[in-house]
Formats: sequence, structure tokens, C-alpha cells
Amino acid sequence: MQDEGKIKATARRQFLFDTAKIACGVGMLGLGVGLYAKQARALPPTAIRPPGARAEPQFLGACIRCGMCVRDCPYQILDLAKLEQDIATGTPYFVARSGPCEMCEDIPCVKACPTGALDPKLTDINQARMGLAVLVDQETCLNFLGLRCDVCYSVCPLIDKAITLELQRNPRTGKHARFIPTVHSDQCTGCGKCEKACVLETAAIRVLPRHLAKGELGQHYRLGWEEQKKAGKPLVEGIIDLPDRMPEGVK
Amino acid sequence: MNMTRREFIKSSAIAATATAAGVTIPGLTEALAAAAPDKSIRWDKGVCRFCGVGCGVLVGVKDGRVVATQGDPDAPVNRGLLCIKGYFLAKIQYGKDRLTTPLLRMKDGKFDKQGEFTPVSWKQAFDIMEEKCKAALKAKGPTSVGMFASGQWTTWEGIAAAKFMKAGLRSNNIDPNARHCMASAVAGFIRTFGIDEPMGCYDDLEHADAFVLWGANMAEMHPILWSRLTDRRLTAKHVKVAVLSTFSNRSCELADLEVIFKPQTDLAIMNYICNYIIQSGSVNEEFVKKHVNFMKGVTDIGYGLRPNHPLEQVANNNGYPSADGKPKGDPNAASPITFDEFKQFVSEYTADKVSELSGVPKDKLEALAKLYADPKVKVTSYWSMGFNQHTRGTWVNNMIYNCHLLVGKISEPGNGPFSLTGQPSACGTAREVGTFAHRLPADLVVMNPKHREIAEQIWKLPAGTIPGQIGLHAVAQDRALKDGRLNFYWTLCTNNMQAGPNMNQERYPGFRNPENFIVVSDAYPTVTALAADLILPAAMWTEKEGAYGNAERRMQFWRQQVKAPGEAKSDLWQIVEFSKRFKVEEAWGEELVAKMPEVRGKTLFDVLFANDEIKKHSLKDLQKGFENDESKHFGFYLQKGLFEEYARFGRGKAHDLAPFDTHHQTRGLRWPVVDGKETLWRFREGYDPYVKKGEGIRFYGKPDGKAVIFALPYQPPAESPDAEYDLWLSTGRVLEHWHTGTMTRRVPELYRAFPDAWVWMNPKDAAKRGLKRGDAVKLVSRRGEVVTKVETRGRNKMPEGMVFVPFFDESRLVNKLTLDATCPISKETDFKKCAVKIVKA
Amino acid sequence: MKQQGIGAEAIRVKGWLRAHQWLILRRASQVAVLALFLAGSWLGYWIVKGNLNYSLTLGVLPLADPYVLLQSLVAGHRPERNALIGAAIILVAYFLVGGRAYCAWVCPVNVVTDAAHWLRERLGVRGGARLSHATRYWILAMTLALALITGTIVWELVNPVSMLHRGIIFGIGTGWTVIAAVFLLDLFVAERAWCGHLCPVGAFYSMVGKFSLLRVSALRRAQCNDCADCYAVCPEPLVIKPALKGTDDGIGPVILSPHCTNCGRCIDVCSKDVFAFGSRFNNRSEPQAGERSATRITAMPVQLS
Repeated sequence: MQDEGKIKATARRQFLFDTAKIACGVGMLGLGVGLYAKQARALPPTAIRPPGARAEPQFLGACIRCGMCVRDCPYQILDLAKLEQDIATGTPYFVARSGPCEMCEDIPCVKACPTGALDPKLTDINQARMGLAVLVDQETCLNFLGLRCDVCYSVCPLIDKAITLELQRNPRTGKHARFIPTVHSDQCTGCGKCEKACVLETAAIRVLPRHLAKGELGQHYRLGWEEQKKAGKPLVEGIIDLPDRMPEGVK
Repeated sequence: MNMTRREFIKSSAIAATATAAGVTIPGLTEALAAAAPDKSIRWDKGVCRFCGVGCGVLVGVKDGRVVATQGDPDAPVNRGLLCIKGYFLAKIQYGKDRLTTPLLRMKDGKFDKQGEFTPVSWKQAFDIMEEKCKAALKAKGPTSVGMFASGQWTTWEGIAAAKFMKAGLRSNNIDPNARHCMASAVAGFIRTFGIDEPMGCYDDLEHADAFVLWGANMAEMHPILWSRLTDRRLTAKHVKVAVLSTFSNRSCELADLEVIFKPQTDLAIMNYICNYIIQSGSVNEEFVKKHVNFMKGVTDIGYGLRPNHPLEQVANNNGYPSADGKPKGDPNAASPITFDEFKQFVSEYTADKVSELSGVPKDKLEALAKLYADPKVKVTSYWSMGFNQHTRGTWVNNMIYNCHLLVGKISEPGNGPFSLTGQPSACGTAREVGTFAHRLPADLVVMNPKHREIAEQIWKLPAGTIPGQIGLHAVAQDRALKDGRLNFYWTLCTNNMQAGPNMNQERYPGFRNPENFIVVSDAYPTVTALAADLILPAAMWTEKEGAYGNAERRMQFWRQQVKAPGEAKSDLWQIVEFSKRFKVEEAWGEELVAKMPEVRGKTLFDVLFANDEIKKHSLKDLQKGFENDESKHFGFYLQKGLFEEYARFGRGKAHDLAPFDTHHQTRGLRWPVVDGKETLWRFREGYDPYVKKGEGIRFYGKPDGKAVIFALPYQPPAESPDAEYDLWLSTGRVLEHWHTGTMTRRVPELYRAFPDAWVWMNPKDAAKRGLKRGDAVKLVSRRGEVVTKVETRGRNKMPEGMVFVPFFDESRLVNKLTLDATCPISKETDFKKCAVKIVKA
Repeated sequence: MKQQGIGAEAIRVKGWLRAHQWLILRRASQVAVLALFLAGSWLGYWIVKGNLNYSLTLGVLPLADPYVLLQSLVAGHRPERNALIGAAIILVAYFLVGGRAYCAWVCPVNVVTDAAHWLRERLGVRGGARLSHATRYWILAMTLALALITGTIVWELVNPVSMLHRGIIFGIGTGWTVIAAVFLLDLFVAERAWCGHLCPVGAFYSMVGKFSLLRVSALRRAQCNDCADCYAVCPEPLVIKPALKGTDDGIGPVILSPHCTNCGRCIDVCSKDVFAFGSRFNNRSEPQAGERSATRITAMPVQLS
């Protein structure tokens, strides 16, 4: 009897050991994969998600890596990330410098997405916010130097909205204007056509993830003129001004 | 290491930032080395290879190769700035597919029209050219040989070509690609002022109170002038800019007044302006009385189409042979009228009528007219291809002068009409040296016996050498090729198979006509070259010594900087060397040689190019340290000799060019250069040495010193959209590419910036056809079809019913579609108006 | 003396083709699945787009991998309709044909692990790590836990199954190293380590097919001559014994274990035709007269022996 009990106890102990062994092994594996996942979540700034992509953490929970968006992109700019890349394996991305988003009116990539990782609520491609173009180097941008390149502006699908040319006098020549490319974050979709087209060896204008590209004003401060415009009237009403005393005839 | 503390801190900060941003920057020592000038590069002055603005550049050469360029910081036009094409100048000579050897179509070791291009020697190339050219001359005479010239030639290439054709082969069948570009401007200048080229200069840009652009998208096509105009608008708040166009383009960004009109109605708008000026009492009566004559042009002038075209059969003043063989009138004819008759003539162009016709709101028309009418506003008008490429191109040029002349706003700083040129030497080569079928150097024309006599004297030729019959103009050359009347044809420095109109029906069959032998000289295998029978490899830009004359009469020189690759030779060398193949008596005939027996036995080379006048400029005059392949080959300073001989035509005749060596020492000079001074504004006392004291203003191109205001009506274009072909098609250029892209499409960055020519169309027009942006479509006209893609976004905003396709893309030859209708006076094609339909491809 | 090879008797009795018929069909199925996807990207015939995680056939039929979708759900995302419909179709399908039929008939890694197993036999590799067959469920649970904790589909970062299939269609990059790792694992570390012990995809599908209709049955187990070839070829050898040898314990002849992949290899190698595909409900414990098997399915119409 005792033997049988002993055997049973041994079996129980063996079972517990085995279970612990598996749990530990799997736990280690899980930890490894989890840590890798954390690293893979930091999308490199050069990889841009297709239009309508949810914010990165949500996107990685929603994208099932099926490649349907890749297939339905008529310009074949999308690719699925490979293991060696710093992008979550199997997820779709594009690189603006080599192949920017052509901003199809019917957004086939979003339509192809079965899970909504690319948000089907995006129906107007102009509302896409894939990233934000930033003129990162004014020292080499030809237009800043006074040359007439204009290429980033000319190729912008939302020309005069997302990129405008702000005019300045060229103080060096004294008779030419400079056409300063200026990106407007409320319009820029981050399609990357400007970065692709930039004629420099290394692009002076680049599309960055919006969280890297945008500053944020402190919550404690408001822009007076903007607030007034929003309200359509002074925020504090009823304030008067008295005339200044001036010599007669002087206005 | 020499480095201040501040520099050190700065560079450390840069390095730190760069590291943080994951950017690799060159090491500190490398960075410092880069800051010092690179002594291994030799810098020399040059001119941009592209448009008519004429920006000065410095060319950097190392180990026999152009390794870098820069905008010349001291060049008056551009002050060191360039457009994006100019930024890539260093790369244009080094495309991978440069032609380096002559290529002849051969089969079984012999020339065969259907053969494959096979490398041959220059001797073989000239042998077959000689054979074919002489055969044509023998069979049908000088009218069966022809040459297509270029506004991108150096000045002396134009001189040599004109001389070789007109005085050597005695054929006026030489015409430049400028025919497609500036011919209407030339005809307009000659008709109104009796002398070619603008009275003003770029300095108008800093003086005008208002700019009016008529069919000139300067923002893209004259980029550096546009930045000057923009600066004026920016820094002088009162300045107004009006932009007239048939679609909204990049120049409209700056416009205070954007006027989008229906194609062809510019004619009516200008008559409305004149009517407004008269009705509002704004005529400068004193000016008009003293300096202006009024004339009424004939109107029934046709459209420059083939004579059997229905539109030509009903035209009575197109100058074509009628049933009895006599020409049907003269499209250029005009008869004097009075001011009151002119007033009466334009009075029908009321705001209501013109607004209806043009689709422009009345308030915009009035605002535009006021700019011209207001005596306090100095107006500069600019135009280029929108005016010139027009079936009434000469008229619209005349009519813009009407607007300026009526109010006397001309020939002074900030006031004047200014014709912009498209090519780097449309003025300095094509126009000034006489490469047109009707021209001789310095505004002389072949039809005028006195002019021929002058030319024959300067060129030291027997009287009667130069034929008096106008040669074949560009479009007529195409037709003559197709009809087998022009059998030996040499095209140089231009890509007309891509740039010319209606290529499918006229030019291509002409090139491939078995009766014809076609030679094309180019640096790259263009569409034109590949359609030829013999391709000659050309040296380009800094591979030869050159001169370009820009739009403001500025003649700019550069020296040969590097050797051309392989066997490539300049067009100058090709023409002059080929002239050795003709004995004078072969080319001229006995009758002519009898008048000058001493030339017997000599070659055309000896008579035309190695004459004493030219040969006297010896190799000693060459700048030390620079190549000059042509001069070293021929044994004398060929370029200088040709230039100085040519300059004799204009000196003392209001076309004075500075001495050759002076040009090399300067950053270009605006002629007439008299007493060592440039001329900025012509026809006005004080500015122009040819206007005598007390005359005030004198339009001395006309014998009575008066310019002409022409009464000319609105007339519809040759082809308008109808039920089937329901869209207007306009073709043109873009900022990133030069003309047919032969050079710029070989620059990878420019190719990437603008790879393919899509069709710009209004989104509503696209939607109506079930199309969206990026869809492949077929553009179809009565002459051909082209497959491309739809563009509804971007820099050009098309009105409904109109589409635009750039012509730089050799994989989409949009000129298969265009109509070869021309202005019957200037013979310049209208590339801006034909009817097409668009269907899904 | 050379040991007689596994299945040699079956080949002798039934002929080579019949002794391999299910294997051939299975390989054909695996190739066909890939070919349907590749026809689009290689030849431009877009019959099926996507990959095993989600695909759209002929533009109308959505199919989705319920396992990856489950992870997405756990991660907190509510998928759009197409994915849900696709997953439902797949669940129903595998519920009918046996969940792990996915492993045997569709999964591309099966080819890799079969190859590893074949080589392992050839090289005579013996022993290795002892892994519990239950490990896969632990891993399955772990992948779902990771999805829950991180809010992202973590397993897809390294999942060899989707990586190989996606890799073949979209380009694999260095993903081949993961596949090589699986191969080497199966070759040297433990027999049938991946598919039989670790793969959470298989684990998931085994649960889907726990009560599936289509089963392999040792219908004519009375004929068994104890040659043990079926054990040798079975990727999950534990599943056979109860059905084959359960007569005395009153256990029916149908292989009911959810781990059975319905590969049919046991049917092939049995010279006595003991095994056949059948329904799980045809499972009376007493053997019927073998010749009267009504539910027997013959893969190949031509009987060669």
C-alpha cells in the first residue's frame, strides 16, 4: 500500500515538475517574444503605414498580416515587413523615398482590409494622415537657397494646401524672391510624394510619423487671435478705449 | 588645424545632434577640408544650356570632365541662382547612351533604308551624305535639299549653317525649330516695328507697376525671371500681376487678376482693351499722332494647312496657288486706315460681347483694360508660346503692341511689351544670324534683292548666289518630305519628331519615304535620330566654344571646357567639314562660277569658311589652357572668324555686336553695343544710340519712324471641339524638363521628379467619363492616339472641356495628336488648340 | 540483415500508388493551396488574394484564420465583418473535416517537418529532448495572454506557419532562419517537435476539430497483423492505439483524438487495409464484418492490386 502511495506521490511530484518545466519553458519563450514585440512596436521613422492605419499599438492588434492591402494597391508601393526589419513582421508599410502613396480616390487598400486595421471610416483620401512632411534641412533645400526647384511643392497632391510656397525676398541678390516650401499639418496626408521627388542626394523634405513631427502647445496657453477667431468676437466684451490727446491737426 | 572656439562648439553640436538623429555626417577633418575651395577644379564662365532666360553659370572641370557647376553669383540675370534644370547641368553631358560614332542604316555592308543602324567612320558617313546630297541636287536642284536648324545652336553654328545652305548649296530650305517657337513674335515685330526683338530688357522687372502675362507660364518656363517678378510684387505693394491663360497654372498663384479665357478669344480681349482705352479717353494722343500709323490687315488668310484642306480652299488671302497658278492674295497684306476707322473697328468689341465670347467676367476684363489705360501705371506685358503658337500668332503679337502703342507705354523702364523666348539662343542664333527660310543675318530677308546684295558683298560671293525664293519653312519641310519634293534633309540639335506637330501623318512618313535620305545630328538617340537614315554624334554645350543670345538681346559666350566623347563632333565641325565635299562649280553651276573664276576648283569650304576674312583670325587668339577642337582641326580661329564676319551685317545698323574678345571678357552684352555701352531700352532717346537728340522716340525699323497699330478681328481656330472630339488639347512644358527631355530625362533626379507625362484634366470631365486619377486613358484626335494616365490634381487646374499634356515624354508622343495648322503669316504651328476625345484605355 | 522498410509490405500488396495515395493527395493539396495564391503574384491570375491569415477567393469568398483573429479580439480589436465571416467559414469547415486537417492538408510547415522527419529516419537520429504533447496548449495560452497583455498580435511576429506561407507569396527575407530552426528542431532536438508538441496553431485547430465529423477509423482492426507500420508513420502516434487496440476495452474503432491530423498515412501503409476515412458516429465497439464497410472512402478509383 505504502509503495503504491509512494508511487502515486512520485507520479504527482513528477507531474508537478513536468508542468512547472513546461510553464517555465513557455514562460521564457513568452517573455522573449514579448520583449521582441516591444521592440518591434517602435516603428522606424522611414516606414509609413498605409492610409487609414490606426495608431501603431492598435494597428498591431488589428492587423492580421494578410497582405490584402499590398495586393490591392494599384501602384504596388506596399510591402509586408520581413523578419529582419525593425517593423512588426508581416505588417504592411511603404517607404516614401522609394515609393510614396499615390492617394487613390477610392482607397483600395482600406477597402481590402478585412479587419479594419486600416480604418474603413476613411473614405476621403485627403483626410488620410499617414505621416507628416517636414522640411528637415533648410541648409540644403534648393528653394531655401533661392534656386527654383519647387519639386516637392509641384508634386504635392494637395498643392497649395498641404505645401505652399511662402515668398520672401532673397536678401543676397536683392532682386529675386525665394519660394519657401511650407508644410501645413492640417492638410498634409503624409503621402510622401515630396520626399520621393526631392532631387537632393538625401531628401531635405521627409515624411515622419506625426508624433515625431509635431510639437505640442502647453495646455495652459491659448493663442489669443485664434480663440478670438473661433469665437467670432472678443472673448471679453465691453472693454472701451479712450482717445489720445494730440496737438490739433495731428491725427 | 585652424578652428575657432565657436566653430568647434558648432561642429560638436552638429555631431551630437546628428548622432542623436541617427545621421552619419562626415568626420570633422573632412568637413573642414570641404570648407576650403577645391583647387583641383578649374572654374570658367558659361551659360545655362536650357531656356531663353540665359542664366550665367560657372563650369567646374577636373580631369577633362565637368564635375560641378554653379550659378554665377555675379551674373546680372540670375545672381547665382538657377532653376532645377540648371542645378543638374553638370549631368547632362554624361548620359549613359551618348552617341559616340556615326550610325548608318546598313544591310550587307551597304546603306539600306530598311537596314540596322551600324557604326561607321566619319568618312563613310560623309561619303553617303555627299552621294545622296549631290544626287538630289543633280536630279531636282537646290530646292530638294534642306536643313532643320536649331535655336539651341551656338551663334556660329547658325552662321555656318545659313551660309552653307544659302550661299553654298544655294537653297533657302533651312528653317529652325524656332519656327515652332518664336516665328510669330518675329513676324509681329517686323510688321509693327520693322525690326526684330524686344525693345525692353529684364530690368523692366524691377520697374513696372503691373505685369500682364499673356500665354506665358513664367513660373515654370522662365523660373528665374519669375523669381524676379515675384520679388517685385512682394516688395512693392502697389504692383499688380494679371495672368491670362486658357487654364489655371502656377503663374496664377501670384495673380491679382487671374483671367482664364476660352482658347483663341485672346484676339477679342485685346480688341476690347483697345476699345476700352479709346472709349475711356485714355489714348495717349500726342504719342499716337507722332509715332503710330494705323493699318487694317487682310483677314481671309486661312490656317496654314495643306492647300487641299477645306479651310484653305475657301480662304482667299492665304497666298496659296489658286486654280490659275497665281497666289491667292497675301496673308501679310495690310492697308492704311485712320484712327477713327480703327476706333470704329474695335468698337464692336464691347465688354458684353467679349465676356460672352471669352467666358471672362466683365469686371475682370475691365480691371485688365484699366491696367493698360491708367496713365500712372507702368505696364510690362510678357508672352511666349500662348501667343506665338497660335493660328493667328502674328496678329496677337501685333495686337499686344496695339495695347501698348495706344497709350504710349513702350520703350522705357517698366513700360513695354516683352516677348519671352523658349530656347537659349532663339534670338542669338535662330533669328539674328538668318537661319529662317526667308531670312539673312541681321533682319535682312532673301526676298529683298538689296538685302541679298548686302549679304553677297559681305560674304564675298558673286551677285546672284543667294536665291530670292523663300525656302521651305518647318511645316512645309515636313510636307515636302512626305511628298518626295525634299530628298536630302539634315536635322541638327533638335528633336522635331517629338516636338513638331502631327508627326504621324506628315513628318514620320516623310522621314521614311524611300526617296529621301535623312541625317540627324544629336548627342543622344532621340526619337528623331532613330527615325533617320544616318545619325551623326554631336558634341554638346561645354564640349565646344559657344555663344547664346537670350531674350533680352544679351549675347553670352563660353569656351570649350572638355572634349566630346568618342567620335562626337560639334555641329559646327560637321557643317564646315562637310562643305569640303563640294566643288564650287558643282554647287553653284557654271554661270555663277563664271562671275568669279578664281573660285573654280576650290571647295565650298575654301570659299565660305576658309576665306581670308575668316582665316585671318589665327590660332594665336585662342585662350591658353582651353580646347577648341574645331579651330585646331581647321587651322584658324573659326568661331571668331565667323562671328566677326557676321557682326559686319549689324554694326552701324542698330544691331551692333561687341567685338568677339570683349564678349569673352564679359557676362554677356545687350546689343546694340555702341561706344562700349549696352542698350537696355530701344527706340527712346537717351537709352538708344540710334535715336537722335530731340527725336524722343523713333521706331527706326520703319522708314517713317512710326510703329503700326493693326486692326485685326477675332477669328475662330482651325479646329474646335465638337460632339465627337469634345475636348481642347493644349501641349507644353513643365519646370523640371527641357523641351523633349533629351537631356533632362537622362538626369535620374529630374526623371524621378517628373517621370511621365499624364493628361491634366478637370475632375468633373474625368468623372463624366467614368475616370479617376491614375486611370489609363487613350487620347484620340483625328490624327492619332496616345495612351497615358489621368491627372486631376497638381499644379495645373484645367477648366472643364480642356486638357493639357506636356510633350517631354518620349514614351507618350503627344504630338501625334496636334494639328499642323499654323499662323499663315509666321508659319508657326498652333500647339495649344486642337480637338481630342478621351476614352478609357 | 536489412530491416524491411516501413510500408514495404503495403507496397507489395497494394502497389506503390495505392500505398501512397493519401500522401500524394495531401502533397497535391498543399501545393494546390500555395499555387492558388501564387497564380496571382507570379502569373497574374488572381484566384486567391492574401495569405492563410486571410484571403479572398475570386473576389467574393473571404476565409480567415480564426486563431489570428482570436488573438486580435483578445488584443482588444473588433474586426470588420469580412474577417468575422471568413473565420466563421473556416471554423465550420474544420469542424467538419477535422481541425488538424489544416496541419496535414494546408499548412506549408508540414512539408518542412515531414522532410525533417524523413531525414531523421534516414540519418538514424535517435533520442533527444523529451517534450510533452501538451506544451502546445501552454504555448497557445501564452500567445493569447501576450495578446491580452500587450494589446497586439505578438505571436505573428515569429509564427513560423504564417511566416512561411506569407514568405513564399510575399517574400520571406531572413524569415527562412525561423523555418530552418523548425527543421533543425525536428531533425535533431526531438522527433516531431514542432507539429506534434509545440505549434499553437495546431493546438488551436485540434480544439476546433475536437468533435469533428470526418475521422480515420480502424474499421477492420480485426485484420491487424501488428506490423506497427501505422505507428511508425503517424505524426501523432499516440492517437492510433486506443482505436486500433481498443476492442477488448470496448473502445470503438474511430480515432477520436483531436490530435489526429487526418493525414491518412496510416491508411496508405497498412497492407491489410485496416484503416479508412469515416464518420465519427460509425463507432460501434464491436467490429462489423470488414467487407461491409459502407462509409469507406476510396481516394483512388483504380484498384491496382
